[in-house]
Amino acid sequence: MSKFKTSKTKGSPAINTSSLPDIIFILLFFFMVTTTMRQNTLLVRIKLPEASEVQKLEKKSLVSYIFVGEPSNKALYGTNSRIQLNDAYATVADIPEFVAKERQARDEADRQLITTSLKVDINTKMGVVSDIKQQLRKANALKINYSTRKVLPK
Amino acid sequence: MAKRATPEINAGSMADIAFLLLIFFLVTTTMDVDTGITRKLPPPVENKNENVEVKDRNVLKILINSHDFLLVNGKPGSIDNLAAKVQDFMAIHPGNKAYPEVQEKFIPELGKKVLMTKGIVSLKNDRGTSYEMYIKVQNELARAFNEMKDAQSLKYFGVKYDQLMDDKKVELINQLVPVRVSEAEPENVGGQ
Repeated sequence: MSKFKTSKTKGSPAINTSSLPDIIFILLFFFMVTTTMRQNTLLVRIKLPEASEVQKLEKKSLVSYIFVGEPSNKALYGTNSRIQLNDAYATVADIPEFVAKERQARDEADRQLITTSLKVDINTKMGVVSDIKQQLRKANALKINYSTRKVLPK
Repeated sequence: MAKRATPEINAGSMADIAFLLLIFFLVTTTMDVDTGITRKLPPPVENKNENVEVKDRNVLKILINSHDFLLVNGKPGSIDNLAAKVQDFMAIHPGNKAYPEVQEKFIPELGKKVLMTKGIVSLKNDRGTSYEMYIKVQNELARAFNEMKDAQSLKYFGVKYDQLMDDKKVELINQLVPVRVSEAEPENVGGQ
């Protein structure tokens, strides 16, 4: 009988917690590695085109994004391509102001290095994209990047 | 029964387990890197009437219409041989009237004169052109120029362009193979 004696009489044994910090650190590292800072929730549906001759976009802090595509909520906004700046739909005329704000948010030394990343859906017509490019030219934001997915050349 | 002390759990290998987990996640997670084709827009023009005169034979005109068909120098073209056409056009053909003019240019880093083409690729699209086609064409143009850069780099330094470590060498190759793509403002023929 004594073999299965309940341990009620003893206090609950202390769990060794010396490795708890390790576990926490793993979690920390994991989240540090996997999180991509995305400030924008997408209001447009974007399927990026494919290209083989791509460059990596370095220095994410110096990139501002313009999204173009079909609205996610088609019932409300229709199927025409819309431009999204930050968290709201915008028109082409809003782009200079957007560029000015993006400039203001950066250090003075970095302002010339801002790249505008165009995340445009493959079914978009070039008319919208050309209008955006003209506005960017006017706003003197000349470095652009057509965001694409990398595929191997055929 | 006598009171027993709870035996200490051996936690020495906990660190190993922790490291295994860490390495597992490090290996399996993919950070999504933004990739794309980087281009520089021309600065805004102040004087609209100021047109630069370029000889007709120096320009390779690529047109994309609203149905995503290509017209390369007046002939229907295909995306598959566009890069080859651009390379053929930008290659040096001295004395051949069908190709762009060539001029000698002194490159101080090489210490000699090099024949350079005066060719320009002109890209014009319609407002109804799909973005997918536009990127395909841009990609082919980039491929054509990258291959030419690779060729020059292999010729002078024995390695491919993207393996050049020295900034000066990269600069030199960029000087030898300037990416001359001009984009005209789009037309609205397709009625978009």
